[in-house]
Amino acid sequence: MKKSYPIQFTINGKAHSGEAEARMLLVDYLRTELGLTGTHIGCEHGVCGACTILVDGTPTRSCLMFAVQADGHDLKTVEGLAPSEDEMHPLQESFREAHALQCGFCTPGILMTLEPFLEKNPNPTEDDIREALSGNICRCTGYQHIVDATQLAAEKMAD
Amino acid sequence: MKPTPFEYITVDSLEAALMHKKEHGDEAKLLAGGQSLIPSMNYRLAQPAILIDLNNINGLRYIKTENGELRIGTMTTQAAVEHNPIVAQAQPLIHETIPFIAHQQIRNRGTFGGSLAHADPASELPLIALALNAKFHAQSLDGERWVDAVDFIETMFTVDLTDDEILTEIAFPPFPKNTGWSFMEVSRRKGDYAMAGVAALVTLGEDGVCESARLVYLNVGDKAMDAKKAAALLAGEALTKAAIDAAADTAVNEEIMPFGSVHAAPEYQTHLSRVLTERALETAHQRAKMLLEGKN
Repeated sequence: MKKSYPIQFTINGKAHSGEAEARMLLVDYLRTELGLTGTHIGCEHGVCGACTILVDGTPTRSCLMFAVQADGHDLKTVEGLAPSEDEMHPLQESFREAHALQCGFCTPGILMTLEPFLEKNPNPTEDDIREALSGNICRCTGYQHIVDATQLAAEKMAD
Repeated sequence: MKPTPFEYITVDSLEAALMHKKEHGDEAKLLAGGQSLIPSMNYRLAQPAILIDLNNINGLRYIKTENGELRIGTMTTQAAVEHNPIVAQAQPLIHETIPFIAHQQIRNRGTFGGSLAHADPASELPLIALALNAKFHAQSLDGERWVDAVDFIETMFTVDLTDDEILTEIAFPPFPKNTGWSFMEVSRRKGDYAMAGVAALVTLGEDGVCESARLVYLNVGDKAMDAKKAAALLAGEALTKAAIDAAADTAVNEEIMPFGSVHAAPEYQTHLSRVLTERALETAHQRAKMLLEGKN
């Protein structure tokens, strides 16, 4: 007999109510119940960073949180990053322009790590950026283009 | 879904959590930040029947000073401690060490008390608690008690808490005077568990001679390893290269017990510990000297 728990939260600015079994991870809830498959599942033990989303504005591993724990909180996923359907966030633009992704699996987690980082550090050094990226693994790029894209995004956001 | 089914209880007060803990005993695990517990559950290494979620108890999230002691509420996130100016000023060793704990996304949710109650011998906070002689406040419905760090952390993943107790606060005595500090570790990638690490404290007398020292190691034993013999060798010494070498040799040859892993053989962990001991003692010594010179 499965027991479900009611949950309510805000996701990308919209109110949501639903229910989840206690053992359902937040990342699984986002993907399977809400269809928000932009958030990826990688290692499921907090190391790879692919599932990083914002919980109350703070980068958090959605594989290390149960969906029931999101009750009452404000969530933002990569689907909530762009300001509108036909406009990209400066980070997304920069990632495209600077070739900061190849397979793209790690990209959503990296974007959700970098968005609040650039808010707090509008003028970051390369060392700052590499430190900020240290909790996200990318197996394609070697990181250099991600660093370049982050610098480019910082410049765009300053304009 | 990866974890096995469990019953979920969320509470907004310590009293409610204690009542549930008393009722369910060791059937129930406490869910703090979950940054170690949830991975264990995803791997099904842990299969608790009941989880009592402490995240809505705001009264357990605080950082304050009282009678010169730094007091940290058990549910305070590691990130909150990392960025707290009181901690940076009053307890420089804690401030220096926290950024080595996993990644920022983990520290944003991982809690100070949760990591200590988990007592992973590879983790940083038990080492810091031991090096700084922290005290642990355990609360149950029947009463409360304070436990010294040396007694609280018993062995790997085992602490001095009964089934009906909750760790509510960690208190640090004032940072000793004329004391330099250093924390260093080596990991394969930033944020990984360290293969070895050490915290060093050096207290200098007014004449610049070492009055006392402390060397505590991580991931080279079944808990944070306190190298007392090595530290005792440094007392009364001028911290020359020879004195530091002698202490480092004693610590790594007699007082640590690395068991090796897929990433590092015991010999390599010993080598790392030896090198880190020298460097950490030198850094702590320099900082202590600067404090002394700043005063004179």
